[in-house]
Amino acid sequence: MRIEVDHHAGLPGVFMRVGDKVKINARQLHYRELNNMIKNAALEGTEEIVVDNVYGQRYIGSGIRRPVRIILHGIPGNDLGAFMDGPHIVVDRNAQDGVGNTMNNGTIVVHGRAGDIVAMGMRGGKIFIRDSVGYRAAIHMKEYRKFRPVLVIGGETQDFLGEYMAGGLVIVLGLGGRGKRRFTARHIGTGMHGGLIFMRGEVEEHQLGKEAAVAPADEEDKEIIRPFVEEYAAYFDKDAERILEGDFLKLYAKSHRPFGGLYAY
Amino acid sequence: MYKDLKSYLLPQYLIERDDYRCIRCEVCARQCAFEVHWYDEEEDAVFADESKCVGCLRCATLCPTNALVVRPNPTQPPPNANWTMEVLQNIYKQAETGGVLLTGMGCDKDYPIYWDRIVLDASQVTNPSIDPLREPMELRTYLGAKPDALKVSRKGGRPDLQTKLTPQLKLETPIMFSAISYGAISYNACESLARAAAEVGTYYNTGEGGLHRNLYKYGANTICQVASGRFGVHADYLEVAAALEIKIGQGAKPGIGGHLPGEKVSAEISRTRMIPKGTDALSPAPHHDIYSIEDLAQLIYALKEATHWEKPVSVKIAAVHNSAAIASGMVRAGADIIALDGIRGGTGAAPTMIRDNVGIPIELALAAVDDRLRQEGIRNRASIVVAGGIRSSADVIKAIALGADAVYIGTAALVALGCHVCQKCYTGKCNWGIATQDPYLSKRLNPDVGARRLVNLLTAWSHEIMEMLGGMGINAIESLRGNRLRLRGVGLTQEELDILGIKHAGS
Repeated sequence: MRIEVDHHAGLPGVFMRVGDKVKINARQLHYRELNNMIKNAALEGTEEIVVDNVYGQRYIGSGIRRPVRIILHGIPGNDLGAFMDGPHIVVDRNAQDGVGNTMNNGTIVVHGRAGDIVAMGMRGGKIFIRDSVGYRAAIHMKEYRKFRPVLVIGGETQDFLGEYMAGGLVIVLGLGGRGKRRFTARHIGTGMHGGLIFMRGEVEEHQLGKEAAVAPADEEDKEIIRPFVEEYAAYFDKDAERILEGDFLKLYAKSHRPFGGLYAY
Repeated sequence: MYKDLKSYLLPQYLIERDDYRCIRCEVCARQCAFEVHWYDEEEDAVFADESKCVGCLRCATLCPTNALVVRPNPTQPPPNANWTMEVLQNIYKQAETGGVLLTGMGCDKDYPIYWDRIVLDASQVTNPSIDPLREPMELRTYLGAKPDALKVSRKGGRPDLQTKLTPQLKLETPIMFSAISYGAISYNACESLARAAAEVGTYYNTGEGGLHRNLYKYGANTICQVASGRFGVHADYLEVAAALEIKIGQGAKPGIGGHLPGEKVSAEISRTRMIPKGTDALSPAPHHDIYSIEDLAQLIYALKEATHWEKPVSVKIAAVHNSAAIASGMVRAGADIIALDGIRGGTGAAPTMIRDNVGIPIELALAAVDDRLRQEGIRNRASIVVAGGIRSSADVIKAIALGADAVYIGTAALVALGCHVCQKCYTGKCNWGIATQDPYLSKRLNPDVGARRLVNLLTAWSHEIMEMLGGMGINAIESLRGNRLRLRGVGLTQEELDILGIKHAGS
């Protein structure tokens, strides 16, 4: 899938309404101006907001509680979808740090890579990153009742994946290399006390934090991840069955109370 | 661990029971969650296992005949200034468990309390004093960024403010309740704080435990905290708050995170923090989206953006060596309120060594921060709120004269609810129904009574503050703010006086 971007769009800040869609040219807009436009359009019940020439504006999608579609052409700034509660965001290029920070609900689809702390403190919703991500992805991700956050990463991650992880599901597909992926991240699952991480490829014991346990994923495990792998494949035009054929490792917390015995009472 | 390891710990307290006064009513036995007292039917006598006593005085307070005396155990090791009983007991405890020493409440070490070395001025002959009982006296305080200049025009002969003010918190008295999470304290204690804040016209702070759904109705008097664990932080929580506070640090445990042990994560706590029941609630030491002042700015503006720029954002730090420089960065990062928590600040649980050895006294941090922001010409861009060992109205008024806009009280508020500062909050067995999630214990604190006691405390302190202001010939708290000329030091070194920015008494 390829999304056309017009780098020579007209006047900055132009806001056009076409039916129940809104088109915004973000060129030279400060994030406050841009987010105000997006928020107002969402409040008015717009179904889809297309933003052209996004160039580092932060906090897009934050403070919106409707399931509006926000299509971003360009590169959004940090904290994309921070505290977000419902929107469906599509980014046609890379995203920066803090994608889905403390996010509660909604979906973020990134047609490229993302920076550090993707899905930090995320409690609900889904994030799909086509390629790789930076450090500390899914740090302190947590789940609660009907809220179960899902992060799918197409490539690989840097160190401290799933640090302090307390819940949710992380799937790292290891796509893009030749043969079986040998992950290089270290300290994976350090302080982990809940949730599951699936990694398609090889991880050595020494790459794990001491609170994380590892086992090969069985067929039952694959059924857990199947719907999300299929959703990933649908977004990025991949073959879900071929991805699922690969060998996955399952990482899980050794204990829900990793520091229970630390103190003298 | 060796189960049969003989403990070398001596009881911390001795309990003396006057058998003539004791009527065998067993109140003490029923009241003690530490299971110190028991009644023996055969002997018709009440006995005590003193090794379990924490000195909370619940039994002595409720004993109808005053038959109980609880006092520190006078048995001491051989005289030694280094190897005191406390040091020995700590070592025995660690030798027996291999664990980190844990404690509750604020630092109990003998660091100087500068409030007690500072005295206030009063008017004599010139500049007459004011009687607050008969004359207007203003304690109202607004917290939030103030503009560099005000532009006022006239509209139909009346002044009209042109400058658009950023959101402010309006306090009827410059005292708020510190961040104490639901989890650290009981629901009834939280409700007491919320209702008292609403009644008085001030604010209480959720800490990082989320906000119980029954307390949303007090949202207009609630400061919701966003800490590194992001527990219970979701759209409703952000929207209902009057202000948001990013917790970077806490005076009782600067630089470290928090662990709410799994056994305290009950069904209600789990719902409020939005984490599964029974799992440890771990707050990482740093926010992992904040590694710099620029990152702090990013979270401040993320919160402003998420709440449509309608609420002030506070940033709370522990008072440490370079607080002044950090505070400057915080103001430049967009904080509307800076909360400073000194070394005597309380906690529900902290490693003892950290509580007692990390951080600096709040008086010195306050003076340094206020000075620094004034020197840089940015003092108006944020309000300063101080916490950590404010014990009386006198401490409050001295803090304001030193440069604070308002204070947070935590321990003092809990003492108003019955706390006797036994420092065992972390056990979850608080006999006063405060630091516990045990329904049998927490129902001892009736929120009707709790709220009343807290309102009484703030009413009394506010009146005392008015009296002291009146005595100085001042009729608005605003006129005392940062007015260090109305303070003098007693028995302080020149260095201390210089840092505090006050003169010695007599000069």
